[in-house]
Amino acid sequence: MVTIIDYKSGNLKSISNGFKKIGTESEITRDIEKIASAEFLVLPGVGAFGKAMENIEPFKELIVEHVNDDKPFLGICLGQQVLMSSSDEAPDVNGLDLFKGHVEKIPDGRKIPHMGWNQLKIYNNSQILNGLNNDFFYFIHSYHVVPDDENIIAGYCDYGVKIVSALSENNLFSTQFHPEKSGLQGLKILKNFVNLKY
Amino acid sequence: MLTKRIIPCLDCDLQVPEGRVVKGVEFKEIKYAGNPVELATKYYEEGADEIVILDITASHERRETMKDVIDRLTENVFIPICVGGGIRKVEDYVKMLKAGADKCSTNTAAIHNPQLLSDASEVVGSQAVVIGIDAKRRYISSPEDAKDKNVFETEKGYCWFDCSIYGGREFTGIDVIDWALKAQELGAGEILLTSMDGDGTKEGYDIDLNKAVNNAVDIPVIASGGVGNPKDILDVFKKTDVSAALAASIFHFNEYPVGEVKKYLKENNIKIR
Repeated sequence: MVTIIDYKSGNLKSISNGFKKIGTESEITRDIEKIASAEFLVLPGVGAFGKAMENIEPFKELIVEHVNDDKPFLGICLGQQVLMSSSDEAPDVNGLDLFKGHVEKIPDGRKIPHMGWNQLKIYNNSQILNGLNNDFFYFIHSYHVVPDDENIIAGYCDYGVKIVSALSENNLFSTQFHPEKSGLQGLKILKNFVNLKY
Repeated sequence: MLTKRIIPCLDCDLQVPEGRVVKGVEFKEIKYAGNPVELATKYYEEGADEIVILDITASHERRETMKDVIDRLTENVFIPICVGGGIRKVEDYVKMLKAGADKCSTNTAAIHNPQLLSDASEVVGSQAVVIGIDAKRRYISSPEDAKDKNVFETEKGYCWFDCSIYGGREFTGIDVIDWALKAQELGAGEILLTSMDGDGTKEGYDIDLNKAVNNAVDIPVIASGGVGNPKDILDVFKKTDVSAALAASIFHFNEYPVGEVKKYLKENNIKIR
């Protein structure tokens, strides 16, 4: 059973459809009890960092607790960025600080947002990207994460600059791209996620 | 490297339950290409990078049918879906996104009320706000004749590009380049750029138009209108830096299957997934 946190951000239905397709039950909820007792937690997200942190506020402690208990957690797109310490998009707002590092604007000189299918390069081996080196995933974002510690980078892609595309530490995972919009390869990531042991 | 996107477009008549995909927008020889949910699923399986679904009969009650179509197709289609036609209010964006769409495209409604773009981007994010621009060439004998417009020298002479609305039935006199820049500033995240001169002609994309708009803005541009065969798609990617190419009729009835088009582009050194 996967619990998808509904904090008024983005296309949640596609994520639950993705889990349904791989035969896993999921629930979209903002119920504190359900989130507190979740086994597998997903934090989706599109939109702006500041607004997202505001909407996450009621679930903040639950998320931190879930991660500290080393239960599987997946952040997607903006759901990856809010795991970081801070972001240029809202300099006065603190992130969840579960991954140490900063979120920066993608440098000028290319189309922004970075929108479309880009090729993932595995960096450090992570269970969640098992069997997916060089596959293509769907990205749509204007900011990117720059973690302090290179060891947590699971994968990156090339957009004239290196875009860190996935982070991984213990049972905490995140992707900048949208697995739920990345065809069969994306569904494989959801599958890898629900197959995690904890 | 970011790959170029190939986007099949489903022009839908939603006056019947479940809707139907129309081929050939001219009313004289209208043909039905199939059921939107089935076709979207087929194109997804063949390797489409994204799908655009346009309601060509946009009206209030038919939006419920569209919502239902999106609702059902996103159960099996795991690529981005953009919906257009009849998106007039911020609530329309929210409703389509809730049903499982990722982006909504507006044209006429945004020209009448540009603030719709900023309001919508604030609520659903720029990534979901696509501005549809239908461009018509206006030829002039010298740049002096249209001093307040962005004039381009083309093979057929000097011209500027006029924004059309209501599916090409009305013209606004608004310069396409100016409007594209304004839409970007207001919060649009992508431009779906259709050449009204090319639409339905199968003579190829309007290269001058696509180059002009793409060079002016920072957001991605989808080329549309005029495609007759895979060579036209190759041309627009070779001659301009647009991010994606949209085509409707060439994919229907297996005229040129999506997979074969992508293979052809790859063989010609275009970065394709």
